[in-house]
Amino acid sequence: MSFKHTRDFDKPIEEIERKIEELRHFSPNGTGAYQEEIRKLEKKAEKLIKDIYSNLTPWQITLVARHPERPYTLDYLNMAFEDFVELHGDRLYRDDPAIVGGLARLDGRPVVVIGQQKGRNTKQRFYRNYGMPHPDGYRKALRLMRLAERFNKPIVTLIDTPGAAPDIEAEERGQSEAIARNLLCMSSLKVPIVSVVIGEGGSGGALAIGVADRVMMMEYSTYSVISPEGCAAILWKDGTKADLAAKALRMSAPELKKLGVIDRIIKEPLGGAHRNPRKAAENLKAALVDALDELSGTQIDRLLDQRYEKFRRIGVFREPGT
Amino acid sequence: MVWFKKDFFSKREKKTLKVPQGLWVKCNHCNEIIYKKEVERNLDVCPKCNYHFRISSRRRIETVLDEGSFVEYDGALEPQDALDFKDLKRYKDRLREAHKKHASKDAFVSGQGLIDGRKVMIGAFEFSFMGGSMGSVVGEKITRLVEHASAERTPLVIFTSSGGARMQEGILSLMQMAKTAAAIARLNEKGIPYISVLTDPTTGGVTASFAMLGDVIVAEPRALIGFAGPRVIQETIRQKLPEGFQRAEYLLEHGMIDMIVERKMMKSTLSLLLSLLAG
Ligand SMILES: [Zn+2]
Repeated sequence: MSFKHTRDFDKPIEEIERKIEELRHFSPNGTGAYQEEIRKLEKKAEKLIKDIYSNLTPWQITLVARHPERPYTLDYLNMAFEDFVELHGDRLYRDDPAIVGGLARLDGRPVVVIGQQKGRNTKQRFYRNYGMPHPDGYRKALRLMRLAERFNKPIVTLIDTPGAAPDIEAEERGQSEAIARNLLCMSSLKVPIVSVVIGEGGSGGALAIGVADRVMMMEYSTYSVISPEGCAAILWKDGTKADLAAKALRMSAPELKKLGVIDRIIKEPLGGAHRNPRKAAENLKAALVDALDELSGTQIDRLLDQRYEKFRRIGVFREPGT
Repeated sequence: MVWFKKDFFSKREKKTLKVPQGLWVKCNHCNEIIYKKEVERNLDVCPKCNYHFRISSRRRIETVLDEGSFVEYDGALEPQDALDFKDLKRYKDRLREAHKKHASKDAFVSGQGLIDGRKVMIGAFEFSFMGGSMGSVVGEKITRLVEHASAERTPLVIFTSSGGARMQEGILSLMQMAKTAAAIARLNEKGIPYISVLTDPTTGGVTASFAMLGDVIVAEPRALIGFAGPRVIQETIRQKLPEGFQRAEYLLEHGMIDMIVERKMMKSTLSLLLSLLAG
């Protein structure tokens, strides 16, 4: 693995954080030993984080979005929602662990929540298929969205996937149809929908749960038509040029905001969501509550027209003579 | 709205046919050397093995519409380099090169015409224009075509041939999937028939949006149809792919399409389907 594929930019910060941990370990509560030293290091770390995280390259942002300790959908379900009841299965073939969903409360309000789920360790990663859903996952998501519509509950989707699973089974069971069907149905579901990219927004596999009235991104998440590695392999004919592709694709939250594709960027705690998942969850929750409050006042027909127009106007072209 | 009569494009587009110059062509499938005129007379299908050559968007439209009935829509729409995208080449330069070779400004031609006297909205992809990839122009033209079909209560026929979303327009390309699918949703609500015809190859974001949303989905024989490309799958699973994987026949067997129709039967099949659905 080449140099630039590691999170080297984070190393100096992690070094100081480790030192602080060590000092704390040797300084039992109340003794006050090393306090001065710890405070100094904390100051130093904060400054370092500020410097480094305000100048991340697009490729470095991609690596933060994929950080193995970043909060995933189920983490946010625990921290930002209450009373989560997971519902399983697509009623057609199986239960796809790469997508989780169910009923929950957000700030007291019942909602349906759906999101891709990545695994934390090797075994979990394999079980969750690295957050890459099969058609069954998308069909489960659609089933839950229809449930939400029937009981008039708003829908929250949390996007975090490298993409839809590229394998034989996925093709056999109609990956394309499953994604397409979700795009079509979501565009006309008669309840408010809010989507947040919390980590990786990988292509059609992300969009398949992302047709919403409000689309938001966490500060260090990415959203792209193709992975930088995939893009580099095709256009540069060299997968290691992913850093160049990440820049060219304009896949960071500020870029998408500029292109008019997303409505809002949700601030992450200093140094990224993985440094303070609770704070990240608080910010996510506040943004979701804002969005749902805003949407709940809109008549459903108007909401559907606005949703249609929201996607209808995306695109840049020239039309001479008009 | 700019439109061209059929005779305008038939001369120019012949150059872009995927066959070598000269009197003879080699079939990609059976490797036979065949007299080019004979292939053309046979709707660009190999007379020896029935291999369906890829054909241009305008020739495609010509093969199913009543002669001289095509009126083009939105032909003036031009792609823009919104991302200032540069890989080994600039997107602007790629577009310039494509524009030298093509009469069309992007990878999709659309308009209205007649099939056995019945009015249809029709569109076809130009695979030789940047792999038939869907960016803002293609997405916009498809959406407008679907909206015309809705507004005028006219059936819709779309022929796909595409590598998927256009990388050089980044996230804007991805969002065309949502935009086109939403337009199809509205067409469905009005009960206007939409026939999707998948031709070789149809993959990625095109398959995973309007292409798989036809009320009836037709494919040409042996057309490659899928979400992920076979090479990507091969590299991911590191196993040999099954024989005939992602071909039209495979999709039919797995319940993903309604039927496989040979090119020579395409017009009469579309005509029959439309008369039964919209009759
Ligand atoms: Zn042949």
